[in-house]
Amino acid sequence: MEAMQATQSAPAQETPATAAAEREAGAREFLTFALGEEEYGVDILKVQEIRGCDAVTRLPESPDFIKGVINLRGIIVPIVDMRVKFRLPQAEYNEFTVMIILNLDDRVVGMVVDSVSDVMMLGADKLREPPEFGGNFDTRFITGLGALDDRMLILLDIERLMHSEEMALVSATDDVAQADD
Amino acid sequence: MGIDISRFQDTFFEESREGLDLMESRLLELDVKQTDTETLNEIFRAAHSIKGGAGTFGFSAITDFTHSLETLLDRVRAGELPPSDDLVSTLLEAVDITRGLLAAARGDADIDAAAVAAAHEKLNHWQGGATAAPGPAVEPAQDAASPRGWRIGFEPDAEIFASGNEPLRLLRELASLGELDVQADIDRLPDLEDIDPERCYLSWRLRLEGDVSEAEVRDVFAWVEDECRLTVEPIEPQVAPAADSSSAEPASPAAAAPTTRPRPAPEQRSLRVSVDKIDALMNLVGELVITQEMLQQQGSGLDPVRDEVMLNGLSQLHLNTRRLQEAVMATRMVPVDFLFSRLPRLVHDLANKLGKQVTLETVGEGTELDRGVIEKLTDPLNHIVRNSLDHGLEGPEARRAAGKPETGTLTLTASHEGGHIVIVIQDDGRGLDRDRILAKARERGLPLGNDMSDAEVCQLIFAPGFSTAAAVSDVSGRGVGMDVVRQNIQSLNGQVEVTSVAGRGTRVAIRLPLTLAILDGMSVAVGRETYIVPLHSVVESLQPGATEIRRLTGSAHVARVRGEFVPIVPLGDLFGGRPWASNPADGILVVVESGGRRTVLLVDELVGQQQVVIKNLEANYKRISGIAGATILGDGRVALILDIGELVLVSSQAAAA
Repeated sequence: MEAMQATQSAPAQETPATAAAEREAGAREFLTFALGEEEYGVDILKVQEIRGCDAVTRLPESPDFIKGVINLRGIIVPIVDMRVKFRLPQAEYNEFTVMIILNLDDRVVGMVVDSVSDVMMLGADKLREPPEFGGNFDTRFITGLGALDDRMLILLDIERLMHSEEMALVSATDDVAQADD
Repeated sequence: MGIDISRFQDTFFEESREGLDLMESRLLELDVKQTDTETLNEIFRAAHSIKGGAGTFGFSAITDFTHSLETLLDRVRAGELPPSDDLVSTLLEAVDITRGLLAAARGDADIDAAAVAAAHEKLNHWQGGATAAPGPAVEPAQDAASPRGWRIGFEPDAEIFASGNEPLRLLRELASLGELDVQADIDRLPDLEDIDPERCYLSWRLRLEGDVSEAEVRDVFAWVEDECRLTVEPIEPQVAPAADSSSAEPASPAAAAPTTRPRPAPEQRSLRVSVDKIDALMNLVGELVITQEMLQQQGSGLDPVRDEVMLNGLSQLHLNTRRLQEAVMATRMVPVDFLFSRLPRLVHDLANKLGKQVTLETVGEGTELDRGVIEKLTDPLNHIVRNSLDHGLEGPEARRAAGKPETGTLTLTASHEGGHIVIVIQDDGRGLDRDRILAKARERGLPLGNDMSDAEVCQLIFAPGFSTAAAVSDVSGRGVGMDVVRQNIQSLNGQVEVTSVAGRGTRVAIRLPLTLAILDGMSVAVGRETYIVPLHSVVESLQPGATEIRRLTGSAHVARVRGEFVPIVPLGDLFGGRPWASNPADGILVVVESGGRRTVLLVDELVGQQQVVIKNLEANYKRISGIAGATILGDGRVALILDIGELVLVSSQAAAA
């Protein structure tokens, strides 16, 4: 049930749905990227662009996964290093390391990932509910799993993740304002 | 049916506001002994437009009130009611009431029904009183003699159709007043092939016979007064009408008492644009400047021979970008007059209330300033002027006793100084009372030195809650005075400075950047990062070797700056997580000041001074304490702008802990 709700609530924000999505009812496109050994997917409609790694300006009083801010054609954009956020053992910068610039609800945020792989169309038949993990694993930000042959995609609710308190991207007052909306 | 009328309403409110401002300033200028017809006409026209607009939108309260106002003004204009100080006060009051009614119509405020009724009553009273006893002695002769009719020369501008006016309609309206004889003048008519159907080439000579007042005639032309040459002359009862009806040349002999419009006011074409649009434009230009600077930097490595065309292009780009930037900035600029024009009223009212005689002089009203700055400057300026009138300038007796003219002078000066505008408010009053300030400061428990200089004493009046007025009046002296003034001005990245000479007067100087979007900054390097310190808060920079640095508890350090111990904020430590260098001798100490408190910033290096475009950090991130915003450097990198006020506060709290 949870997966159903998640997949249904998301398209509501996708009014400019792609022609492809209409053709294959229920199918959605995801940008896939790698963090360490895992492959993740985010809704393609949230992605504004993909860039190579720029020099960032560090911000004071910020958690370690906030790399800092960059100048994106005049807009100041905060950058999150997802590898640090997801506590991957290694977060090195090489030629594959890229920034995915996301456009979330009028906010622009960038995230650093190990590499981007593909844009994939996933039909409803390929979407799986997120597994029920026991213990304290946080599945709030996972909308589901995508099964592709022998690969598995972890589909993120990126909007929710970036707006969550623990990402420290928005101040408390902003959260209140959003709750009011 | 789906027309959004609120759009037009906004325009109406805006124009009415301007109209009221105009009425107010003209009323204040009005010399009751020698009234100028044109000024009266201007006041009347403003009231008339507001009434018309209010009628259109169905604001009946405004229509009713302005109708009375207009009727009264009309009588003054026609010379039936001699202007007096009392009358001007009533009219000014009516302007205020209309303002209130407009605000109410807009939904910003509630109607004070009692005040409106009282003011309305007053207006009507003037009417009634005057009709009962019209002062015929003062009247110009031709009005008393009630002429048989009017000879009207009406020569519309060629562009009159463009404003939607139709001469034929005016003629019909005139014809409804009495017997009208119309002669068209076709002298201006060009050859057929040169005729532009959208231009008006005709003018008219009209004879209107009947018992009609001049004001009624002029009323018909009220909407086109700016767009035509209008002469209205009485037809003398004894003169044979046919005698010179044909020679109604605009250049009429001196006998024609009512004037032609003397001032064809230089045509000022304008367009209302929302501030948001201009801000967006301003932002884009800011980006363009940064991009251009980046290209320029890259271009410095080019070969002047091989890449000549490219280099030429770059320098052209540089020039055009600067010009574009200036042009866009200029659209946001408004003359300081916007600010100054509100003050005569304040001074007029306050001087009356306090029983003082004050002349207000303004210099440099044409100086231009960013609109955003102007808006935020209104309150501080009002406050300073109030203070000057209340505390600075003396009453007539005291002035005479001091050997000064009884009328005090308050001078407002605006001028440009580099990239700044300086506004000076100067009075010739008694000056700041050093002893009283010191006594008050002691009472308030402010820290005092033993031998404070006059300048330091002057600074004390900016302390929070400071007020020397013995009695709290409703004019000033609520004790929320100068510290708020200073805060407001600092929030605009400006400075305020008071100097005073006992018995000679006080001078308050406000120094502001021309625009809010750009800041004069000093860039400093800390580790790999560059930070921008707003230049106006920098006091001095010191080599650490030149000063003594003491360690307080833990990691807190203080530096001895000119005999005073000032807390040190190691920027690298605060922002970069870099540990406090055990030997700060490597860095540079930058002494900054905010709100009268000082702090020393420890940085690695001073990079230089530059103007930076202020960017909001909160658009995509959250607020960071100690950071006012960000900017983009010439090489495209982001640099953070420090919020000195906050840093100083935090550091002094830390030092106190």
